[in-house]
Amino acid sequence: MIGYILSRLLRAMLTMLVTVTLVFLFIRLSGDPAAALVPPDAPQSVIDQYSRAMGLDQPLWQQYLGYLAGLAQGNFGFSIHTGIAVEQTFLRRLPYTLHLGGTALALAVAIGIPIGALAAIRRGTPLDRLVMGFSVFAFAMPNFLFGLVMILVAALAFGTFLGGESANVIWPALTLGLAAMGSFARFTRSSVLETINAPYMRAAEARGVPFAKRLLRHAAPNAAIPLVTLIGLSLGALVAGSVVTEQVFAWPGVGQLLVRSVATRDLAQVQFLVLVVAATMVMANLIVDLLYLVIDPRIRAK
Amino acid sequence: MTDVHSTAPLARKRPAIPLSVKLALGFVALFVMFALFGHVLTPHGFRETSLFHRLEPPGSEGYWLGTDARGRDLFARLVTGAQITLVVAIVGTVIGAVLGSLLGIMAGAQRGKTEAVIVAAIDVQASLPIIIVALFMLAMFDNSFTLFLLLVGLNGWEVYARLMRGATLQAKESGYVTAVRALGATPARIYLRHVLPNILNIALVQFTVNLPLTILLETALSFLGLGVQPPLTSLGQIMSEGRDRLMTAWWLTLLPGAIIFCLALSVSMIGDWLRDRLDPTLRSER
Repeated sequence: MIGYILSRLLRAMLTMLVTVTLVFLFIRLSGDPAAALVPPDAPQSVIDQYSRAMGLDQPLWQQYLGYLAGLAQGNFGFSIHTGIAVEQTFLRRLPYTLHLGGTALALAVAIGIPIGALAAIRRGTPLDRLVMGFSVFAFAMPNFLFGLVMILVAALAFGTFLGGESANVIWPALTLGLAAMGSFARFTRSSVLETINAPYMRAAEARGVPFAKRLLRHAAPNAAIPLVTLIGLSLGALVAGSVVTEQVFAWPGVGQLLVRSVATRDLAQVQFLVLVVAATMVMANLIVDLLYLVIDPRIRAK
Repeated sequence: MTDVHSTAPLARKRPAIPLSVKLALGFVALFVMFALFGHVLTPHGFRETSLFHRLEPPGSEGYWLGTDARGRDLFARLVTGAQITLVVAIVGTVIGAVLGSLLGIMAGAQRGKTEAVIVAAIDVQASLPIIIVALFMLAMFDNSFTLFLLLVGLNGWEVYARLMRGATLQAKESGYVTAVRALGATPARIYLRHVLPNILNIALVQFTVNLPLTILLETALSFLGLGVQPPLTSLGQIMSEGRDRLMTAWWLTLLPGAIIFCLALSVSMIGDWLRDRLDPTLRSER
């Protein structure tokens, strides 16, 4: 078990190191950062001066070590437009994104998993087909279209504007959570179908265990194992989706900051946000792997 | 694959194509026809502006589907947008499929260092949503159509790589590979001539899963204004331009949006059906 935990930890750290290295290399490849900082008509001597100040005249491996040391000490750089430390801007916007993403995930879990389980129990009925139809719909629906339609309907039918930070979180959360809801429903259905027909379920039925108890005590824990992975993996889709959803609803979160920073080529800000996303995803994968220890006794035994 | 095995199943009656899949096939055919020949149906070019015909609603004289804020014919713009979206989706998906499959087979064929590097790359990609990678690259390099195509092409390569590596590892242990190896075939011959055709259906199934995702990635990036750049246009880019006029000129956002949705829906329904046909063991997983 200790070996399992250590190997997962090592893998997470390696993934993060590779990501940091790639980010560093691509930033150096993309052009001279000193030339990007000064006005286009600045003389060469000024560029050289900036280069020396930023340590760009040192060999690449020294710059790389300096970059790693900077990250380790929490020097993430400053936005070229506002001059504010990139992590401060990020932290100011983070609560909005957590609020939106958390609500979206909660909606997806609270709706997606029950309807998926229901579809499996009522397999082959119109209800099953309805749920499967919904999951295909949710998969193919671009979140920017769904969000815009929602804004339009709210404005025309109810005369309210859904946008900005004062708006109710439920509408952008529904937009963001729709895709995850569909995939949870689909996955829960196949996972429950698999466990429902397992030999131990028939054995429980033969022993006379009532239906509800069979479902909750016998099927649910086994069906839950793959779902934990799915929820962990859906974090990536939520992060990606929040970039678009925040833009549609003018939600002042991290996703909007990222789009804005890319559009204005605020490299320090973009780089920091990419590293944050990578760190979040690596952590999430690690937590999922460790959760397995708790919910799946077979791994603990190894 | 099908060539080898199709003789026996052909004797059985093929299951009928469900109505939903027929409709989906019909829509895709219509979409492709629209992209290829749509320009015949409108006298206007997709960049042709007319200040006298700004924001005309659909059904206006001379403008089938109305015009945008600069008086450009929406029908002509949708046709060009459909062309670009189609090209980006197909080329992008092919790039990811070829790159990912080759890396996966390489990792499976050669254990050791090559495999370790490729597996690490898969891990890194799996921890970064492709839209984030694309945004990072677009922030650093000048946005060109080629770069955008390559970035969209990276979408899902790690899934092909993971699947193909697993399949290659499995194939390696099988009798036919041992036999071909004993006959003295070179590794390149073993893997490209013998293993690849046998595991190709896995990549084909993944291709149909990936195609709608690539369509959605392209349109999302273009919608954010960071994908296809004017004067070129794509379905997402038309939506992005029309977004500010959602309340007054709904057709500029809802028409391209509806096309994107129907296309992604149709392609994924065809993909699901193909997957069930080609590989029953993969059924109902995603």
